Formats: sequence, structure tokens, C-alpha cells
Amino acid sequence: MSLETHSASVEFRRVTKAYGPVVAVREVSFTVAAGTLVTLLGPSGCGKTTTLRLIAGLEMTTSGQILIGGSDVTRVPATDRDVSMVFQSYALFPHMTVLENVCYGLSVGGEPRDRAVAAAREGLALLGLVGFDDRLPSELSGGQQQRVAVARALVLEPRVLLFDEPLSNLDAKLRRRVRQEIRDLQQKLRLSVVYVTHDQEEALAVSDQIIVMDNAVIAQQGTPTELYLEPASRFVADFIGDANLVKGTLKRTDERLAALRLGGVEFALPHRGATDGEVNVAIRPEAVRLRPADGTDAPLVGTILKAAYLGSHMEYTVGSVIGELFVVDSGGVAAPFTVGARVSIAFTSHGVTVVD
Amino acid sequence: MDRAVLGWAVAGGIAYALLPWYALEDGIFGFGWLSGYPTDRIGAPALVQALLHGRLALLPVAVFLLAPLAVRGFRGAGASPALLLTVGAGGTAWIAVQGFAVGGQPGIGVGGLVVFAALLMLFCVGMAAKGAFNGDRFLSGGIGAVVALVVVFVFFPVSRVLVGAVEDSSGAFAPSEFWAKLSAREVWGLDCLGSSAGCGVAWNTLILGVLVGASTTALGLAFALIVTRTGFRAKKALRLLTVLPIITPPFVIGLAVILLFGRAGAFTTFMERAFGVVPSRWIYGLPGVWLAQVLAFTPIAFLVLIGVVEGISPSMEEAAQTLRADRWRTFTTVSLPLMRPGLANAFLLGFIESLADFGNPLVLGGNYHVLSISIFFAVVGAQHDRGRAAVLSIVLLVFTLGAFYAQRRWLGRRSYATVTGKGDAGLHPPLPASMQRLVYATALPWAVFTAVIYVMILFGGFVETWGRDHSFSLRHYVAAFAVDVTDFGLRWKGAAWNSLWTTIEIAAISAPLTAAIGLLTAYLLVRQRFRGKEAFEFGTMLSFAIPGTVIGISYILAFNTPPIELTGTGIILVICFVFRNMPVSVRAGIAAMSQIDRSLDEASLTLGARSPTTIRRVILPLLRPAIVAALVFSFVRAMTAISAVIFLVSANYDMATSYIVGRVENGDYGLAIAYCSVLIGFMVLVVLLIQFVVGRRRLGRRAPTRVSLEGIPA
Repeated sequence: MSLETHSASVEFRRVTKAYGPVVAVREVSFTVAAGTLVTLLGPSGCGKTTTLRLIAGLEMTTSGQILIGGSDVTRVPATDRDVSMVFQSYALFPHMTVLENVCYGLSVGGEPRDRAVAAAREGLALLGLVGFDDRLPSELSGGQQQRVAVARALVLEPRVLLFDEPLSNLDAKLRRRVRQEIRDLQQKLRLSVVYVTHDQEEALAVSDQIIVMDNAVIAQQGTPTELYLEPASRFVADFIGDANLVKGTLKRTDERLAALRLGGVEFALPHRGATDGEVNVAIRPEAVRLRPADGTDAPLVGTILKAAYLGSHMEYTVGSVIGELFVVDSGGVAAPFTVGARVSIAFTSHGVTVVD
Repeated sequence: MDRAVLGWAVAGGIAYALLPWYALEDGIFGFGWLSGYPTDRIGAPALVQALLHGRLALLPVAVFLLAPLAVRGFRGAGASPALLLTVGAGGTAWIAVQGFAVGGQPGIGVGGLVVFAALLMLFCVGMAAKGAFNGDRFLSGGIGAVVALVVVFVFFPVSRVLVGAVEDSSGAFAPSEFWAKLSAREVWGLDCLGSSAGCGVAWNTLILGVLVGASTTALGLAFALIVTRTGFRAKKALRLLTVLPIITPPFVIGLAVILLFGRAGAFTTFMERAFGVVPSRWIYGLPGVWLAQVLAFTPIAFLVLIGVVEGISPSMEEAAQTLRADRWRTFTTVSLPLMRPGLANAFLLGFIESLADFGNPLVLGGNYHVLSISIFFAVVGAQHDRGRAAVLSIVLLVFTLGAFYAQRRWLGRRSYATVTGKGDAGLHPPLPASMQRLVYATALPWAVFTAVIYVMILFGGFVETWGRDHSFSLRHYVAAFAVDVTDFGLRWKGAAWNSLWTTIEIAAISAPLTAAIGLLTAYLLVRQRFRGKEAFEFGTMLSFAIPGTVIGISYILAFNTPPIELTGTGIILVICFVFRNMPVSVRAGIAAMSQIDRSLDEASLTLGARSPTTIRRVILPLLRPAIVAALVFSFVRAMTAISAVIFLVSANYDMATSYIVGRVENGDYGLAIAYCSVLIGFMVLVVLLIQFVVGRRRLGRRAPTRVSLEGIPA
């Protein structure tokens, strides 16, 4: 492997980008460590793509500083940033062949023709694209086009590689495979990658760190596990995975823990700074345990309102005193509950969190 | 950063110290100036002018040029953005101000031009360093250059007209004369209502415009309905109509109308022989101009209305039919109301075209004066009253800009275009039978008439003397295009060669320039976001809305005296064409560039290519059809234009159109019509050649770019 990497960190310091009165990114600060894959995740219009384009230099900040590899690039145009980007549409030049596309960055950078071709061939081979050199992009499948786009960005050995929703034009099966390929490549070459997506599953699968954005600001930053198990807000809880948002009553028991009452159920969990009284609670669908309500002593009971069979698991909607709960049950597929059945409801300790 | 600053500062410095600052009689390539160089007053560079010839106002220019270099020398770190902005703005402003303020200077020449450009580019580098335009120096420079060009060659001349209107004949400020001229009886008089005397030119112009607008809209609609809603067989032949205005010089129709209805015209002679109708000059005046303009501009209305009629979603009409409306009710209650904005648009375009037309009123107007003609005669005629020309120009400008404003504001919000991204598989219902009869009865005779007119143009040149002796003759072609084969090669003996070569030369020079500036502007407009973009767009499209006559008079007023002295040269013709035709290539470029995904340029940028490389290697190859379209339009329109050109031609640079008009005024119809056929034939060849080249260029899945002709004032 002779493709070398010069991975560098990316740092945002209170970066704001406004288009007139509309603020697309507001006072955002974060750091992407060299050699890691960080995902910008959020609903459309949250500012994640603008953030990516700010890193690329395709947009200029309104205020704040951007550092790549420790040096200030706030006013450096895209061409000079040594950052490559894989576009959502792939942006392959339709009038150039695959090889010409991959050579493009090298040849405009002044690389001699034969060396550019050699490097491009190597890059294409790395992505498993041998024998496509003289095809036009329109003669390739979506997945192949996507790989050409990655190869084109990669052969420049950029300090940071950017992906703007790279999988959104692929079908579901291919998406799963390609995202793993991207992750493997990133790990193998220790690339610094910033990856924009609105698909939370994709983000959980590939990231070292996830930055969740909402409404031009960062909602939460953390590892996939942290975000899933300890969402900071209702927004994050709802956006990453499914969550039942209910009200509970909290009473602190010590510095860290508190007792939470949900209907008749009481259990201990970290209070995360919430004060005593009514709090919002996020419950993951798989953290709910259902049992047939045979006795009368169950602290929380409910009624099955809807039941759906999905092969590997069951999905239920359960009516209860704390509200309707969406439940995923992967244990009882063989003997599912029927609509109208009364069930007793319990919770596992992982998957129930106090949120803002 | 530094190489650009150094490069521009040094280029400016060299021009300042070495190149002749002022314009030279026989041009920089005449090399006559070399004899006394560098001390002689005529060809001396700015440095010598300032030191030896007392032109001290040129000295500060050196300071502006040296400042960035000096700072660089002292600090080693290079000039700061603020310094570049100061130097650039200050230097260009100084050159402009001293040019106007210090009298006794000749027009600015190559040296001054290069220094000015260098200072402008320093300013743009400073802007980019400040972070404007994404820090891209090329964009910054491009925008700076286009803005400067538009200011100098559009805003400055137009504002010169406005100023000229409030000056008396000696150039002094005289607002009272402005009111006197503006409110004059010959402008606004209403004598035609009660007596046989004519109305004022303003009324004449408006009446003609409204009549032409209404007629072309009605005929255009009839043609559009036939093509889209009936089973008419020769639709392709009708579509051919849309090509005609591209290749026909505007006054040619007027000429053909004279050959048909003039005192010695074919129709007149026939009526005299058959029915004893005494030949008269009835065609000269409103009827003739109206007839010629309707013939000339109906294709434009047709073109606009085809789009409108096709744009109505068939599902609307099908919905009406399923709601039990019959064909007639569907047409009157659904189809027609949906076309209303399109009809208004076609009307306004016809109106604007009529106002801007110069050639037809000139050859057919007789005593019926319209604004464009009055402006012309105020300048070239016995009156020689530039103030009056300026006042009339303002009236005409207000009319056209008002119509444009109405078209853009009022209609912009009322588009009923019902074309959506969804597949609309329905069928347009055929026209109701009575409507179909009406449409056929209107449009088909007119189509035949148009065909007759073009036949007249093609064959009129082969007749001995029109109206008297209809025997076949090549006399006119020989007179115009004779070529002698001598021992020294070919000798272009014909009278028309001189103007034809000039026309081709000027058109060939201006076409690539127009395409380049137009496409660069389109690139900036489509691809870049920057403050003041709307004002920028308005400025570049302004010359589109200004009648050629007004452009002509404004160029005379602005460029007849230093600091920019261009009248009588070929350069002024080239510049005039470039800025008259630029909006067309801007539109062509915008249409084509909107189809190319922006991420392609961004990909190129993030792959390390700079903007110029991106344009050359990614955008231009994808834009090839638009480039060709822009080239064709600029070339053909440069060959057919008359209104602005007639003010700007000179003995050395006579254009084909103004030569032909000259022949017409002398009654030499044969030669004029022969020349016209040659021009039309030549342009058909050019268009076909280009289509042949472009037709083979298809890029993958991309649809070929179509360029619309919408609204091109003569």
C-alpha cells in the first residue's frame, strides 16, 4: 500500500455561517481528531451540510475560526485546503472517462501524466475497480460511480476526506455493504473522515464520534454508545433510534442516582442533573419487557393496541397509564400477544434515561 | 497572493513607464508613434508625459502603482488587503477623475488602459483577500472586470443621455430647455384627433406599438393554435417561421413591402392595370410601417405563444371535459384564461419591438414620425440638436423600460405555466370547429403573404428595374458583387464588397468577445453568491431593454470626446455589438449552466483545481452547445443590426445594413434587395454550418440545450 495518508485534525472555534438573516450554523465548536471518522447527523436543514462545506472551503465563515492540522484555514479557498470531498451526486465529470476523472486532481496539481495514471490505477484497484478505465460515468452502476468518486478523492492523499450523504443514491442492501467498505478503508488508511448523513443507523454503524445537529447548533456529541444510551435531550433520544417519551417523577437519592417512578414502577437511575419532581424520560422500545398479566399485583399494566409481526421480532403498541408505548420484543416471536391482551410492563435498566 | 499583486503592479508599472498613455491617430499597431518615442508628446508614456510635458495629474498614478511594491519591499510580508483596496479604488478613481477634469488631453490609450486594468485587478485581489467571493481571486477579478465594463459601456453612456437632455447646444446646464423640448407640440401634440395634421411623435409611437403588439399577438396565437391543437399537415413549414427573424435584417421586410405596395410595386401596378386604381403613396406612413412590423415580429409572438399553449397541462382541459364542458366551453373557460399571461407577454414583446424598430419606419415612415426616427434625424438631420435627441431618447427609454417593468413585475407573478415534473400523459383537446375555421382563416393567408414577401426579397434582385422593366438581369448583383480576375489576383470591384468585408470582420471580432463576456457573466450569476448580485444582473441585462437608437445616440454623446474617444473607429462598433448582444449570450449561458450540477465545479475545486482550470476543463466542455449558440447569435445579430449602428458607422467602417439603407434612401432598390438576399443567404449558411457542428455533440444523457429567442429588441 503506497497511498500515504497525511491525516490531520479539524477544529471549529465558534463558527457561524449566516446567509443574510438566515443562520445556517450558529457558534459551532468541535474537534475531529486525526485518523477518526466523525459523523454529522441531523434532519435536513439542520446545518450539517453547511458545516461540511465550511470544512471544504466551499463556503466562507461569517465569524469564527476553522483549523485543519492546527493551522488556521478560515480564509483559505477550497483549492488550497488539501481536503477532498465525495459528493452526494458523486459529481463525476460526465465528459471524462473513469481514469480521466480519477487523474483529474493529480494532473491539475501538476503531476506528470504517467505518474498520475499510475496513482489513479492504484486508487481504482484499491476500490476494486479494475478494467473500467475507459468507461464514461454514465456507463457505470450507481455503486461503481460511488467508488470512482471515492477513488478520485482518495488519490490526492488529502488531509481530510469529506463525505456528503454518499450512500443516499444507493439501494438499501448496497448501502449496508458500501458503508462497511468506507469504514474499512478509513480504518486501514487511518484517514480523517467527516461524514454527513441523515440516517442514524448509518451513523451508528460507521462512526468513532457522532455530532448530532439540530437547528444550526450541536445538540450532542459523543460515541455511538453514548448517544444511544445517554441521549442529552428529547430531540437526540427521538432522532437516534426510537424512543418513547413519557413523564415520570424523580427523587434524588445521592450525588449521582435518583429514584424514578413511572406509573406504579419505581427504579434507580442516574439523575443527570435533573431536579426533583416531574421529568421527561426516554424509553427505548427494546427496554420494555412485557409479560402476560395473570396476577393482580403488577405495578404497571397495559393493553396491546396494535401488534405487527416482522419476522425477527414483534412490534407492539401498548396502552398504559403513562401513555402509549412502542415496544420491540425479539423474545416472544413464537408466541406473540394478540390485540386486546392485558400485559404487565417492566423496564430493563439500560435504555431508560432522564432527558431535558 | 503575492504573485498576483506583484504581477499586476509590475504590469501597471511597465505600462506607466513604457506604453503610450494616450490614444494614437493610427492605433498602436500603426507604429507611427515609434519615430518620436519616447519623448515625443504624442506617443509618450505617462511618466514622460508628466515629467516633460507638464501633465502633472498623471504623477499620482505612479504612487498608487508603487505603493504595494514599496510596502512589500519594506515589510517583506506583502501588501495588506486594506492597502490593496485603497490603492485600487484610489488609483482607478484618480485616472477617471483627472480624465474628465483636466482639459486638453487626448483620449486614453493603451498605456492608460493597462494601468487602469492593473489597478482594478489590485482592488479585486484585495477584495478576495478580505474573504469576499469565497476568497477566490479569479471570481473577484471576473466580477470586477464585468462590472467595470458595464459601467463604462452601458451606465456611463446612458447617464450621458440623461445629462445631455438638460444641456443646451453649447453644453451648459439648461433645465428650462429640457422642459421646453419635453413638452413640445411635436412630441405630445394631439392635432390628429380634430384635424388632418399629425399627432406628436410620442403618440405616434404608442399608437403604432399598441397596434403592432395586438396584431402580432393575435396572429401569433393563431399560428400557435394551429401547430399545437389541430391536425394541420404542414406544421414543420410553419415552425420554419420562427427562424426567420434570426436571419432577416429588420428593414428588409419594409423594403419588400415597398416592392409590393409602393408606387411602382407589383401589387400597385396590377391594380392599376386591372382596375384603374391610381397609384398613390398610401403605404408610406402608419399602414406601411404597421404592415412591415407585423410581418417582422409575428414570428416572435408565435415563438412565445407556442411555449405558452404547449405549457398548459392537458389534464386541466381533460378535467374540464370530464366536468361536462364541451370543446367550446373548455376552450373559452379554461384554455384561454390560462394563456392570458402568455398573451400579455407576447403583446408587450411586440410593443417593445415596435418601439425599438428603426429600419422599417426609416424606409416606410413617410410623414408618420416615430421616436426612433425623430431621434436619428435630430442628430444627423439639418436640426443637429443633440439636446432634442437626448430628450426624445428619454421618452423612448421610459416607454420601453416601463413595458419591460410591467412584463417582469406584473407577469412574473402571474405565470400559469402548468408544466410540472410529473409525467403528464394527457392529450390537448382539438380546437372547437368554429375556432379552428377562424384560426385557419387568419393565419394561413398571412403565412402565404409572408412567403410572398420572402420570395420578393429573393427574386427582387434579379429584375432589371422594379415596377418598370421586369426582365431578368444580373445587373444589381454585378454592381454589388463583381469580382475581377487580374494578374495580381482577385480584385473586389463590386460596390458592396467594402461594407460586406467590414461587416463580417466586425461581426467575427465581436462574436467571440460577446460569447466570452456573456458566458463569464452567466457563470458568475448562476454559480456564485455575492452581495449586490441582483444589481449586477440588472446592469448586465439593461442594454437588452434599451432601444438601439438610444444606445447609438448615447455612444455618440459619451465617446465623441476624451477621455474615451472612440467615434469613427471600428472599436466602437465592436463594443456596441458586444454590449448590445451580451444579454442574449448571458441568457443562453444561464439556461445551459443551470442544467449542469453545481457539485461538478465544487468537486473540481476540492480536487485542487482553481476556478480558471475548472472553467476550462469542466464547465466549458459541458457548455459547448451554449457557446455555439452564443456565437451564432452574436455573429448574426451583429450582421443584421441597424438601429444603433447607423449612428456609429464612418467612412472607414461602413456596415452592410447602413450601406443598404443608404441605397434605399437613394431609391436604388435593386441593389439593396440583392444585397439583402446575399446577407440572408450568408446567414442561413452560417446557421446551418453551426447546427451541423452542434448537432453531433450530445453529452451522455444530457438533453441538448435549447436557446429561446424570447424578446430580442431590434
